Amino acid sequence: MLKYEFDWSVVTSGQYYDWIVSGLYLTIQLSAVSIVLAFLLGLLIAVMRMSSVKPVKWIAHGYLEFFRNTPLLVQIFFWYFGSYKILPQSVNDWLNSTNFEFAAAVIALTIYTSAFIAEDIRSGVLSIPKEQMEASRSGGFSYLRSMQYIILPQAVRITIPPLIGQFLNLTKNSSLAMTIGVAELTYQARQVEAYTFKGFEAFTAATLVYVALSIIITALVTLYSKKVLHRTG
Amino acid sequence: MIRFEGVHKWFKKLHVLNDIHLHVKQNETVVVCGPSGSGKSTLIRTINRLEPIDQGKLVVDGFDLTDRSFDINKLRAEIGFVFQQFNLYPHLTALKNITLAPIKVRGMARKEAEDLATALLERVGLAEKRNVYPAQLSGGQQQRVAIARGLAMKPKIMLFDEPTSALDPEMIGEVLAVMRHLAHTGMTLVVVTHEMGFAREVADRVVFMDHGAILEEATPDEFFLNPQHDRAKQFLKQILTPMHCEM
Repeated sequence: MLKYEFDWSVVTSGQYYDWIVSGLYLTIQLSAVSIVLAFLLGLLIAVMRMSSVKPVKWIAHGYLEFFRNTPLLVQIFFWYFGSYKILPQSVNDWLNSTNFEFAAAVIALTIYTSAFIAEDIRSGVLSIPKEQMEASRSGGFSYLRSMQYIILPQAVRITIPPLIGQFLNLTKNSSLAMTIGVAELTYQARQVEAYTFKGFEAFTAATLVYVALSIIITALVTLYSKKVLHRTG
Repeated sequence: MIRFEGVHKWFKKLHVLNDIHLHVKQNETVVVCGPSGSGKSTLIRTINRLEPIDQGKLVVDGFDLTDRSFDINKLRAEIGFVFQQFNLYPHLTALKNITLAPIKVRGMARKEAEDLATALLERVGLAEKRNVYPAQLSGGQQQRVAIARGLAMKPKIMLFDEPTSALDPEMIGEVLAVMRHLAHTGMTLVVVTHEMGFAREVADRVVFMDHGAILEEATPDEFFLNPQHDRAKQFLKQILTPMHCEM
């Protein structure tokens, strides 16, 4: 019979609680920055993918195939351990003086997730009736302006449910940043476990925080889409 | 204003426009009619190059549409287009549907564009609907907003592609009233329609098409009272049965 003394106080107060909270803050920062960047990059890649200019289309297609089909962890390692080998010394010095772990994690999460977001948005665009483009072109809008003002705003509204899924994936995937030493939530929970051997409490706390975070993200995006974008349903 | 000279167009093997010659003068209202599949929608869509032509010459407001070097968006800004299915932007209110192009394409100040849109909404009888989304409007109301959207660009030409065909009968009148008013203000109009009452009353000329060709081009009186072509006689007989008593 297992003898395990539960001690929830390690994660509800004191120094270890502070570690968990600081991990939460970093997870929020990492996720928030990456979500915004991944969404913008996803829009760009989606538009490039639908371009009638062949080379532009091919670049976007290559980007999608490449980044969707490699593991996120490999991409994180590539940006963190691999990229500086090919960068000039001055750039590396500057990177080392900054929080390069954080930056590498943001780059990897952004690029990886943008590939999925681009495909979601593209399927949203394909579901907009072609008459919308005809109407906007007839009004004197260029192709790109039509995309910007008429097509993409509608496509994004349709794409909200899968987008929420991508945002949640990104937030959960941000835990992989611990592997390059970003002291986010999972990293800190691991630390607490290492110092206290209270693994059950530490990871239960981390789990609950991720659940709460996911629910909050879903609620915020849903609220935004209803109140600001006037999305129904 | 609009001049077709020997225009041809094919969809694969289908000859949708066959040797079209047509001249629409400034301030003129031309109604295009004919059975479905006769090419009348394609004809009107070539005028702003939603459909490019394959052969011949088409000059609109001084621009040769077969010339690929000029900016088509400039010309399109001068041509209002009203669709059968309205095609309002569903994510924008009635007001924003109207102000979007003036602000973004013409560079008009927001305040000025909103004043203009408000005036246009009043003109089409929908002043109280300015902040309503298209889904909350009836078909007839949506089409009137669509007309206001076209007019907001202060176009030189307005094109109507079966503007009342998707409407319930009781809403057709309100849209035709707006178009009638436009014709009287001296706007250049090309209207594809089955509304023969409108054609007879408002058109300067009626063009009858079948199988991609213009079979008849005449004043409304000539066309309705004395159609020359057998196909036109047959078409009029079918469309002017007692069911359609607006004559």
